[in-house]
Amino acid sequence: MLHTDPQFYRRRLAKERLFRAISYTAIAVASVFLVFFFADIIGQSLTAFSQTEIRVPIHFTQEILDAPESAVDPEFAPLVSRGVLRLLPGELNANPRLLGTTREEWMLATAEVDQYLKGKPNRLKPRDIRTIERLQQEGRFRMAWNWGFLTRGDSKLPEMAGILAAAVGSVYVLLVTLAFSFPIGVMAAIYLEEFAPDNRFMQFIEVNINNLAAIPSILYGLLGLAIFIQFLGLPRSSSVVGGLTLGLMTLPVIIISTRTAIRAIPSSIREGALALGATRWQMVWDHILPLSLPGILTGTIIGLARAIGETAPLILVGMVAYIPQPASSFLEATSVLPAQIYTWASDSQRAFVERTAAGIIILLIVLLSMNALAIFLRSKYERKW
Amino acid sequence: MARGFLKVLLAATLFVASASLAQARDQIKIVGSSTVFPFSSFVAEEFGATGKFKTPVVESTGTGGGFKLFTAGVGTQTPDISNASRRIKRSEFETAEQNGVTDISEALIGFDGIVVAQNKDAAPLNLTLQQLALAVLAEIPKDGKLIPNPYTSWDQISPDLPKRKIIVYGPPTSSGTRDAFEELVVEPVAHKLGGYEKGYKKIRQDNAYVPSGENDNLIVQKLTKDKEAVGVFGYSFYEENQDSLSVAKIESWTPNMDSIASGSYPISRSLYFYVKNAHYDKVPGLKEYVELFMSEKMIGDNGALKRIGLVPLPAAEREKARKKVLGRVKVTKEELK
Repeated sequence: MLHTDPQFYRRRLAKERLFRAISYTAIAVASVFLVFFFADIIGQSLTAFSQTEIRVPIHFTQEILDAPESAVDPEFAPLVSRGVLRLLPGELNANPRLLGTTREEWMLATAEVDQYLKGKPNRLKPRDIRTIERLQQEGRFRMAWNWGFLTRGDSKLPEMAGILAAAVGSVYVLLVTLAFSFPIGVMAAIYLEEFAPDNRFMQFIEVNINNLAAIPSILYGLLGLAIFIQFLGLPRSSSVVGGLTLGLMTLPVIIISTRTAIRAIPSSIREGALALGATRWQMVWDHILPLSLPGILTGTIIGLARAIGETAPLILVGMVAYIPQPASSFLEATSVLPAQIYTWASDSQRAFVERTAAGIIILLIVLLSMNALAIFLRSKYERKW
Repeated sequence: MARGFLKVLLAATLFVASASLAQARDQIKIVGSSTVFPFSSFVAEEFGATGKFKTPVVESTGTGGGFKLFTAGVGTQTPDISNASRRIKRSEFETAEQNGVTDISEALIGFDGIVVAQNKDAAPLNLTLQQLALAVLAEIPKDGKLIPNPYTSWDQISPDLPKRKIIVYGPPTSSGTRDAFEELVVEPVAHKLGGYEKGYKKIRQDNAYVPSGENDNLIVQKLTKDKEAVGVFGYSFYEENQDSLSVAKIESWTPNMDSIASGSYPISRSLYFYVKNAHYDKVPGLKEYVELFMSEKMIGDNGALKRIGLVPLPAAEREKARKKVLGRVKVTKEELK
């Protein structure tokens, strides 16, 4: 039937305009949130990447063995980081010839001094501020690029705190997650798609896998605690346990995305291979797997990206903890990036605010590069039928 | 095919076996209270940085969660130390005994104050414990009956309080700070008022009391924007944010290091850690860690932990606490409640 009523066309166009306006608004709102979030985090984190250093003389005397802070003049003692001073007794013990000498070098200043010079709230006493102003005129402060943030582990002294131990932990955990969930997930998906009979039992398994993908992640923590720590006796807080726990969580994501990728392959490929006398396994190995690989990898990387940002299940297996040394094996206790951010965010010291933001930036960079890799792999190997 | 499968099986066995071997450990494991966590990890850091031992692993599990792990048994699979923002309960101690953890000693390390803070621009508040409790109780007794809390403004509780809407940002039920707040403020007042049959019921759940998450920094941030509200959190967070917050006097006492240490400021609690004496021989460095924690340079009047908010014990108390834990004095069931 042909409409001749002009009212009808006007209404139709009005509907379209309304729908478009709503879509634009949605995008605008989302962008505003995104821009606000990035501006806020980046703005807060910038200052964390430079750190104040102070240059005052250190005197190696007998007293520093008991009171390391006596190595600098009393008026400077509140300005030099404890992280520097506490190492002096050890240095003197290792090298007794230092006794009686004086040395001058750039050393970490305390977080209070750092915050003061960055114009942020601090708890310095007026007397200390006068000392700082005097030292400033003598050029005894400098802002240095904060390598320590990338090369040190966590610390309760904000000026000493770094992200390395947590980043290393995240890498270990991710490796375990990948090694555990990728082969099992892909194999399970191949079986379900290509080999499994279509019966009640298989349908039951399918429904369950789909459900597992939607379960709150903390439940995987409980599962991990029960299986890996209490039953298998693996060490608490270790990257093996964390990785396996996150692996359980990633498994359904990988299975589902692999199945979707396999299903997208036209059945003519399968039939062609079988018609030429290939076995089912040859068909899968030589044709289905290579063709579905981009989709599988994309799904896996997105699953891993979710795993790397996860804290809730790791609380239960003991990974939200103070662990400043980077792990050197899969069985050693370690922390992970989001856990580190969480710990800093709940610390009372104000100087941790900028470090929290900087930690988030590092995590975001890792996530964005993982997603970029996923997009790259997909566009490079994708085939259109 | 079969050989490949065997290989996988072998690898898995080796994996699990090596894991069990790793259980003999050279690293101290600490669990427990999130309030004690910053202090404990500060000591752990100093311990690892200055000595020959590995830095202990300090987990923030909450006091109750910590005791659950701590009392699960003796041996290197269980933690050596549990931090606590209250004493161990008799029930927890009994669990420990059933699991073979009979010989533990207690270390009192200092105090923590709980403050009622507000925006710096708000008019000063001077509250009594009773007024504070009346602001947050779900039900209050009136003419011999319990009625839902009718107060919406502070001046309705007492005419000398300002005419300000009651909004209290406080810790959620899962938090140790909440336990302490209820025990030190709400319970005694409810007991005094009478009329509650089985003790007081609960904290109100309307908009007057807003549970605000485990992270005290969130409450601080809310208070910097909201001039009407007050917040309940640990003293160290107030100390760090004095530029934007002011604090309410409780029973005419302003919370500071002295008033909390002397016990004059009424909302303060003791902080502890517990050590398994059986672990001293098994875990290298445990003795040295405990000694460092109890030393004057950590918990003393000018100790490093004071800077991050621990309120030191009076000198005599400190000496007593130190003797008790270093002498490995056993905690007995009789002294607990």
